[in-house]
Amino acid sequence: MLNRLKEPWTDRRAGLLLGALACSVLAVIVFMLVFIAIKAWPSFANNGLSWFSSKGVVDQQLDAMVNSGANPSPAEYELGAWPLIYATLLTTFFATFFGLIFSLLSAIFIVEFAPERIRRVIVPVVRLLAAVPSVIYGLIGILVLAPFIGNSVITAEQKSSVQFVIPLSGTGLGVAIAVLTVMITPIMIAITVDGLHAIPRAWKEGALALGVNRWRAMWSVTVRAARPAIIAGAVLATARALGEAIMISMVAGSKGFSPNPLDGFVFFFEPVRTMAATVVENAESINAPAMQSSLYAMALVLLVGAFFLSLGSWIAKQPLKKYGTRS
Amino acid sequence: MSVPTRPGGAAPPLPPLPLPRSPGGGGRQGRSPKKRRVNESISTWRLTDRIGYVLMWAAGLLLCAIGIGILAYMAFKGVQYLRPQLVLTSPTADIDQSSSGGFLDPLLGTILITLIGIAIATPIAIGAATWIVEYGRPTWLARLIDSGIEIIAGTPDIVIALFGLVLFQQGIFGWMSFTATGGAVFGRSFLTAGAMMSLIALPMVFAATREGLQSIPLHIREASYALGKTKAATIRRVLLPSVKANISTGAALGMGRIAGDTAIIVVLLGASLTLDPEGDVPGLNVLKGTGGTLTSYVYNNSPAGEGNAPQKAYAAAFVLLLIVLALNFAVDLIARSGAKTGLETSRLGAR
Repeated sequence: MLNRLKEPWTDRRAGLLLGALACSVLAVIVFMLVFIAIKAWPSFANNGLSWFSSKGVVDQQLDAMVNSGANPSPAEYELGAWPLIYATLLTTFFATFFGLIFSLLSAIFIVEFAPERIRRVIVPVVRLLAAVPSVIYGLIGILVLAPFIGNSVITAEQKSSVQFVIPLSGTGLGVAIAVLTVMITPIMIAITVDGLHAIPRAWKEGALALGVNRWRAMWSVTVRAARPAIIAGAVLATARALGEAIMISMVAGSKGFSPNPLDGFVFFFEPVRTMAATVVENAESINAPAMQSSLYAMALVLLVGAFFLSLGSWIAKQPLKKYGTRS
Repeated sequence: MSVPTRPGGAAPPLPPLPLPRSPGGGGRQGRSPKKRRVNESISTWRLTDRIGYVLMWAAGLLLCAIGIGILAYMAFKGVQYLRPQLVLTSPTADIDQSSSGGFLDPLLGTILITLIGIAIATPIAIGAATWIVEYGRPTWLARLIDSGIEIIAGTPDIVIALFGLVLFQQGIFGWMSFTATGGAVFGRSFLTAGAMMSLIALPMVFAATREGLQSIPLHIREASYALGKTKAATIRRVLLPSVKANISTGAALGMGRIAGDTAIIVVLLGASLTLDPEGDVPGLNVLKGTGGTLTSYVYNNSPAGEGNAPQKAYAAAFVLLLIVLALNFAVDLIARSGAKTGLETSRLGAR
């Protein structure tokens, strides 16, 4: 047996071994989906579709789950996760929206307009922002941004206007969106820059030759042709924003609260908690069966969401391939 | 010095000089890709274009300001609070900040978990990338695996953490972590967390290796076959050595990603202050035990966690940032010395 292993490998054996390694990746995905779905099932089974709705106070429901025993009754599985879903959607949407504008402008700047001296700074900066761990973003958010907003930006009238609904302290939706935007921008910039580089130069030069200015040529020819890459980048960044747990749990105020857009600008100061942040914060009490099932249900929703976003970015990237450039 | 020449000689030549240059630079086709003079004035542009141009400059400069601001702030706080004894003492749970110790254990935890994670991820990623580029039959399977890795790259780390918890609480993985007397498996240990961390690093090593293999021209393989080498020997002796630089770039990036991850640590490593060995086999007991890393230390010592010691959080975050930046710097060094690819997107965690 050992002697057989020492022999030089045949192609067939090497191919089989490498193929098996590659297939283990697929096995991981299948196991992940199956295991999480099994664990999540009791929560969905006991709540039905009202899992996605808003019923009762979500924080109280989660607290009750921690205290429920080893064999919780169906009533103790009750969960209306809408405030958490709503918070996830809000942070993800706004961060992607602002990040898209920010990264598109920055990418155009990097590719076309930045003087060499600035480009030498901005490219390492993008790499730096991509490399900074999320917990450091969270630390800066909670120790710098949140106190600043809580003490200097939120006025006393704004605090008193909602004091019977929710106390405002500075941590909240706005800080979460701001930090999340900075976190996901580097990914979008990277993909957009690659997309813009992939567009043949001649197209833009044709536009320049027709007499439009450089900005207009960039905007209406190169950016338009690179739209698939921009969308793919935005979708990938959305997936990153969707699953961000630690940073959000640090800066978003950590309350299962649904901010009300009718509150005006105060909306952005109101605390939220996303699904991913809920999972991280309740990880210690995951041994209570009701809590465990609820957390796995949230993970399943996130997993399915991320899966569809991966699919979306793949679909968005297809038109780029026809230019025959590297994806 | 130049006063005498100015009124007499310089005045006539100066105006004509820029004049032929400015229409000439725009009109002539003598454009070099690097240096292109901007000769048109923005003031002739349409208002919307001007607004867009200004916004673009603002975005670019804001990006620089944010990046440099974060770096400078963390460096300032780090230098302010980081003391040698913080790195050299183990943390203890104490309300009094002067006696709650440093973060030696979390630092060791970070190093340990990074090594475990990358040790698991690299062989799998290299194997998968090699199979896809060199074998890749049947095509549908190769495409499926390719998109499978993309899906793993897009999966939130918190979902991976919960998956690890349920997976390693199965009985057959009992040897990897603490098993209670009733037979219930705890599921949290350096081994289990490292195994899940490998999923974070895997896409980056995979992407780097695949890019490297794809950039090797076909005739190199054919030359090897012509010398009578088998395909397996070609892969081992020719192809993999020549993508060593790519693999190391991917691995360094993956290590940076592992060192910076918090969610898996909180869920799967227990995020305790000190390393808590489990069992009595030296070496294995640490791997089977729980612990914490710098990320969980920062998280716990931030106002969001239980510790609430911002100074120590800043100091630990600074050390963590240094580790991550060192890994990124290593990527730059390796890339400059030999990796053939740009890696612009894959190094930023997107493919």
